[in-house]
Amino acid sequence: MLSQYYKKDFKILSKLENDMRLVYLDNAATTQKPDVVLAAVKRYYTADNANPHRGVYELAMRATDVHENARSVIAAFLNAERAEEIIFTRNATEALNLVAYSYGLANLKTDDEIAVAISEHHSNLVPWQRVAEATGAKIVYLYPNEQGEYTEEELTSKIGKSTKILAMAHVSNVLGIENPVKFATRLVHQNGGIAVIDCAQSVAHMKVDVRDIDADFVAFSGHKIYAPMGIGVLYGKYDLLDAMPPFLSGGDMISHVHESGTTYAKPPRKFEAGTCNLGDEAGLVEAIRYVERIDIDKIREHETELCKKALEGLNSLGGIDIYPSVSSKSRSLISFNIRGVHPHDAATIMDSYGVCVRAGHHCAEPLMERLGIGSCLRASFAIYNDMEDVDIFIRSVEQTRKVMGIGS
Amino acid sequence: MDLNNLYSQIITENSRAAHNRRPVPGATLSLEGNNPSCGDDIVLQVKIENGIIEDLGFVGTGCAISQASASLMIDLIKGKTVEEAKSLVDLYLRMIKGEADEKEYIDRLEDCSALAGVSKVPARVKCAVLAWHTLEDALNNQNV
Repeated sequence: MLSQYYKKDFKILSKLENDMRLVYLDNAATTQKPDVVLAAVKRYYTADNANPHRGVYELAMRATDVHENARSVIAAFLNAERAEEIIFTRNATEALNLVAYSYGLANLKTDDEIAVAISEHHSNLVPWQRVAEATGAKIVYLYPNEQGEYTEEELTSKIGKSTKILAMAHVSNVLGIENPVKFATRLVHQNGGIAVIDCAQSVAHMKVDVRDIDADFVAFSGHKIYAPMGIGVLYGKYDLLDAMPPFLSGGDMISHVHESGTTYAKPPRKFEAGTCNLGDEAGLVEAIRYVERIDIDKIREHETELCKKALEGLNSLGGIDIYPSVSSKSRSLISFNIRGVHPHDAATIMDSYGVCVRAGHHCAEPLMERLGIGSCLRASFAIYNDMEDVDIFIRSVEQTRKVMGIGS
Repeated sequence: MDLNNLYSQIITENSRAAHNRRPVPGATLSLEGNNPSCGDDIVLQVKIENGIIEDLGFVGTGCAISQASASLMIDLIKGKTVEEAKSLVDLYLRMIKGEADEKEYIDRLEDCSALAGVSKVPARVKCAVLAWHTLEDALNNQNV
């Protein structure tokens, strides 16, 4: 298996937690970081650190190169047309807020519609609720079918002439299957609107090609793709970015500032007020190279296999509810409940076997309401997980049922 | 294993909790408590007459720890004065933080001392104190 080659790249995974092997299955929340990424961050601060775009001395030029090179690497990774379409943010949440408050506030008016998939993470939902409130626009929710899929009928019936913005994740952080973002984007374009695609849950697990999707905006967080926390990316089509007002204002985003007013820099700098997080940009570049060396298609194949094995294991235990219960699509994560056990109790007991899973509403409360549950468990996989992790995971679910007095 | 013991006591307690899961007729206080990160949500109702807590009940959903602690609290607090109740809430909260004297809490908190083990599971402290904080808030705000 692939993982036998890669587990050793992550120091945290070789440490014992309470004398047990660490079975880290909360990768949809954040991934662990390989040594090469940590080294790249350190290398930046020990060799190239200065404030980019400001100094004329050589060190500052080197820092500027690190910053602009990172932009080019990410542009190529996403297949963007040009590097100027890449904006650095803290995370996907900040990137999505940037689009909502800059593009949304400037372009929405009363009775315009924002189509939002009900399975969106709060970060691609709450900003739209707030912008709708401020502009008088309406939110139209899109609902998946029993298999967790957004059908063409559903999309066609909800996206129309009034739809100015579509907000949809490439992959839901709860349902874990790929959404029809290409179809939805084409539909919203035919109606004169734009598409905002949250790729936080896809970018580490499958190829994200912004031109193939034809998305107008794409957001992701570095920390979910083996990079440090605190670095995120917004991709935006250049002409849209150019026409948008700034989001945050201050240093480095201006052209000229006078007593009488300010003119702004061109994208991407217009949207990067203040000193950027260059150390973590260097880490993100290294993380992308790491993923590209392994090959994203191989990663996907590996994780799909682990997921399949885990699903079989859960189904063979019985008494497990899986969301969605049936799907023909491959998943990189599994959301589920052990019937009769609250997910927080389950996660505590599983933790005592070294298994880290997420329990809660996963920042997707409207979807939880739709599923008729308050919360659930989620096991999510990454390149370093292996079949032994899956076996320990399944045993820990079995043990949880025993401790809670369920089954034999 | 400690966790197994803790859970076996919690499960036993929850199987006996039905009598406390109900609205309180003539309640003088009603307060909602929730843990936003869990989605746990309870409504606690209290009936106080002449400074005595005559009756309590709760409705809502949550994990086994939060539900057991609500039910145990009700059994302990019923019939106590408001002042005694406040003192017991304070002792319980200190026990869950691992800061109370063992002899004192076994003596005064009776069956509730079964939850002392939660102090070793920091991620679940908020579950064990949900009902107790809700009662504390209700008692502190009763004259407002």
